[in-house]
Amino acid sequence: MIEYRIERRSGVSTYQQIVQQTKQALRLGLLQPGDKLPTAREVVELTAINPNTVLKAYRELEREGLVEPRPGLGTFVRRSLARPEAAADGPLRADLVGWVDRAREAGLEREDISALMASVLEQRFDTGVSPATPN
Amino acid sequence: MDDPTTMTPALEAVGLGRRYRGGWALRGCDFTVPTGRICGVVGPNGAGKSTLLALAARQLTPTEGELRVFGEAAGSPGQRARVAYVAQDKPLYPGLTVTETLRMGRELNPGWDQEAAQRVVDQGELRPKARIGSLSGGQRTRVSLALALGKVPDLLLLDEPMADLDPLARHQLMGTLMSAAAERGTTIVVSSHILPELDGVIDHVLLVQRGGIRLAGDLDEVLDGHRLLTGPAEDAELPADLVVERRVGGRQATALVRTAEPLEGRWEPDGRWESERPSLEELLLGYLRAPADPRPGTTPADDHHTDHEAAA
Repeated sequence: MIEYRIERRSGVSTYQQIVQQTKQALRLGLLQPGDKLPTAREVVELTAINPNTVLKAYRELEREGLVEPRPGLGTFVRRSLARPEAAADGPLRADLVGWVDRAREAGLEREDISALMASVLEQRFDTGVSPATPN
Repeated sequence: MDDPTTMTPALEAVGLGRRYRGGWALRGCDFTVPTGRICGVVGPNGAGKSTLLALAARQLTPTEGELRVFGEAAGSPGQRARVAYVAQDKPLYPGLTVTETLRMGRELNPGWDQEAAQRVVDQGELRPKARIGSLSGGQRTRVSLALALGKVPDLLLLDEPMADLDPLARHQLMGTLMSAAAERGTTIVVSSHILPELDGVIDHVLLVQRGGIRLAGDLDEVLDGHRLLTGPAEDAELPADLVVERRVGGRQATALVRTAEPLEGRWEPDGRWESERPSLEELLLGYLRAPADPRPGTTPADDHHTDHEAAA
């Protein structure tokens, strides 16, 4: 079951953190259709946040069609966000692991790598460049 | 959840005031805390927070006005069973052991939940046979909270409950309190001057200052009704009646501004101004730092701080 980690000084609202962490787990396949989310009581016991915040986050996930409440039973995952192409044993991940290893051998630190990654993502996604098609 | 508008509020104050020999501790307070809320009572030391909680707990009676608890203007046996109060000095019998204290709780309270109380004590690894008098301040806090939760109240009144707890115990107990709120819809009214402790926890706020209620309401609505503006100091001609607090550091000015009434037409921030929603801490610090009481309608001439004025 997913365990939320709430960062109080992150500047991201508590309810957004729960939404984002749930989506992240759905993307990575850590949560799959039919899985149960923790109850509001379970979440607040561990995180000491307001229970209404958890309910608000779950309602948001429900509006997006990702989870559904089943009365008396809890909240369950309806839809995964996992992409088979991004699976743990997929070639894309293997490529990326190889690239990160090369970057480290070249002397880059963790922050350097994530800055580089963010910059390339921004360049490729936000400037409307579409992926080159192999010919 | 039930529609809050049709439910009797947990607390409702009308013209509430309380005078001690030295003067008014609280005066002219009007506010409502809906049922099921987790309400933070914040303000500087001596503002009247403890008086307000003691009035709700029926440990004090109002000098004027009234404070209804679940619709009742005065304490009754039925109401006493629904309300638990943890006072700042946490009165317990020093000669009793931890186990005996919980047994007393069980005998005094018909709806007693031994498991809930025991869990709080066990979490702190308290020896069951330890006498209350031999416990540290933080351990006594734990026993007091165990008694309050064992009572299974509909309204839990906590006066600076976390002050003498270490960070781990604080987190654990706040988690336990939130879990009680999630499970039973308990209304919690908690006073604190440790603001980060309340962030993420409360969804309703009462700001008490100089014996009056400075700000009261749903936390999201209150935060949405303010902006934190940052911009060039020479250009800070903000409408004075909307500015809660304004500080200038070098060339930069920061102002906490009420936006419940829109700023449009009165003052237009240009591109050099940044505007963001304040955090709970920024909002409360802004109000606490503000030297005067710039409510709409007050002119600097009548801004002298008598008890009367602050409470109006």
